[in-house]
Amino acid sequence: MSAVQTFVDLLADRRDAVALAPRDWDGVIGVARSEAMLATLAHRLDGADLPPTVAALFADQRAAAAVAQKQALWEAEMARRALAPVGIEFVLLKGAAYAAAGMVCAAGRQIGDLDILVLAADICRAENALLNAGWEWVKSDPYDDFYYREHMHELPPLIHKSRDRMIDVHHTILPRTHRITPDALALVSDAVVSTDGFAVLNPADMACHCAAHMLADGDLQGGLRNLWDFHLMTRDFAATDPRFWEQLDARARLHGLQDAVQRAARLSRDMYGAVLPAGWNGQAANDRWFRERLFARDDWGRVTRPLLEQAFYIRSHWLRMPPTMLAQHLWTKWRKR
Amino acid sequence: MKHSIRIAVGPVQFRIGSDWAEPIAALERLYHGYPQDDTRPADATVRLFAARPWRRWVRPSVHIGGDFVVPDALPLPLSMGLLAAEMGMNLQVALGWRRHMLLHASAVARGGRALIMSGESGSGKSTLAALLGEGDWRLMGDEFVLIEPMGGDALAFPRAVSLKNEAIAAVAAQVDAARLGPLMAGTPKGDIRHLIPRADAIAAMHKPARPALLLFPRFGGEAAIEPMGEGEAFVRLTEASTNYVALGEAGFAALTRLVRETPAFGISYPDSATGIALVEQLWAEAAK
Repeated sequence: MSAVQTFVDLLADRRDAVALAPRDWDGVIGVARSEAMLATLAHRLDGADLPPTVAALFADQRAAAAVAQKQALWEAEMARRALAPVGIEFVLLKGAAYAAAGMVCAAGRQIGDLDILVLAADICRAENALLNAGWEWVKSDPYDDFYYREHMHELPPLIHKSRDRMIDVHHTILPRTHRITPDALALVSDAVVSTDGFAVLNPADMACHCAAHMLADGDLQGGLRNLWDFHLMTRDFAATDPRFWEQLDARARLHGLQDAVQRAARLSRDMYGAVLPAGWNGQAANDRWFRERLFARDDWGRVTRPLLEQAFYIRSHWLRMPPTMLAQHLWTKWRKR
Repeated sequence: MKHSIRIAVGPVQFRIGSDWAEPIAALERLYHGYPQDDTRPADATVRLFAARPWRRWVRPSVHIGGDFVVPDALPLPLSMGLLAAEMGMNLQVALGWRRHMLLHASAVARGGRALIMSGESGSGKSTLAALLGEGDWRLMGDEFVLIEPMGGDALAFPRAVSLKNEAIAAVAAQVDAARLGPLMAGTPKGDIRHLIPRADAIAAMHKPARPALLLFPRFGGEAAIEPMGEGEAFVRLTEASTNYVALGEAGFAALTRLVRETPAFGISYPDSATGIALVEQLWAEAAK
């Protein structure tokens, strides 16, 4: 059995960690690192009977993830202190939001940049306030800068000059040029306050964003992690609110994200054993390609299907912009090489 | 991968895979005497690979991959495969290891107490450690020292010592040729030749030592000793640590304790013999 299959089975609790041969861990750890999910696995297997060196490595990972999460939430606090005085409220997105809301999927989850969502009308003031508070532009290329401002769903990334941490300021959750236009105003106005006092998307919107990020915007890099987030959050939201799946369906329709959300649900069932309600339990022939892409890693952590990877990369661009614009974009990028 | 080897250095178990046989064969020679547990799962993975299949044979060039990669890192020619492996191993430790606070420093120990030397490359910290390790010191490592966050002990990371340029001849004159790796001339880091640590240093690699003296050597100039305050040592060591920030409060506590409890000096020296004399003098006078 391949290491990535074993890794997914361990997460899904289809396999007992005790049954692994000592050297099976090589591949499992390698794959988990490649997917930036080693600390997630370490949390999942906390308390399991593991080889002593694996248990020690996993304990390191859990401790390191706890520190990283604290630092990520501190960064959110820094953004709040920069934006609150000018009256800009923001919604935390992705990893920092899961941590602020104390969600199960936050345990061990890697948090990269700080992602926040503000009203489109506030975006220029937000940028100025952050620049005044010590953040700086990262992209020096004028075309990239122009491209972000004109076509993307976020500002060009900013980095804090003394803390060296990036912030992505979004005004919506998909590029402006994307075929789908989610209702950004509804995302912000229906946000909820997390246990940590930060605004986060409401449960249904959070699941919509997770699916959109994984399936409508990205090329499935980090797909296993995003799918794991989706699986755990939908499972837990549904456990506390019996009407969650209905609400998710309604919000997905509002944002034009039914396809992405339904596919994410099916994939979380196929990969992680999610239990779906009636009406969600369908099959789609082309899910197969998504599963194969998610499983395309060898025991050394390398992507094994370069053509499939390339196909998903092209797909992500195809969804992101109309064909003539894509042609222009690729032409400009190619000339700059 | 087609060729692979498992190596344990200090607390870290590596697995190193390669598209070519040569780097693995060279590693096998250097790490032959290291303790080996074949059932132990790897903590870190290094991959040496060809970016395009035909580049295995046509002008073979070795890309460094693994759990952590540096984007845009330049590949090395196959003749420098051993250097690529070394860089890959260092990278995994520098970016991935979290159990200890990592200091980019060399270290030797005597009587259970450690001398830690930190400095830029070219400061001579590797050469001094290698030469001291040939005397009555135990070589702990020439690249990383690992500090236990809770107890404050130093742990060894005695990989094969990477001798550079003039240091090669200085050390080669003192050791059995069987303990030297192949000469790699004209690498991006200059001429490089590896030295296999003494068997007793390898056998003792899991033994902690108490930090007793911190030195910041500078090669060149008149012989000089300059006492260094806790503040300066602290700031210098934050720069020498690859995971100080990632460890958060535990890193701050460990480093604060290290500089409070360990006397620190800057030393300048015109040649290795003088450097060693200064080290011995400070060890006798100031080490805790």
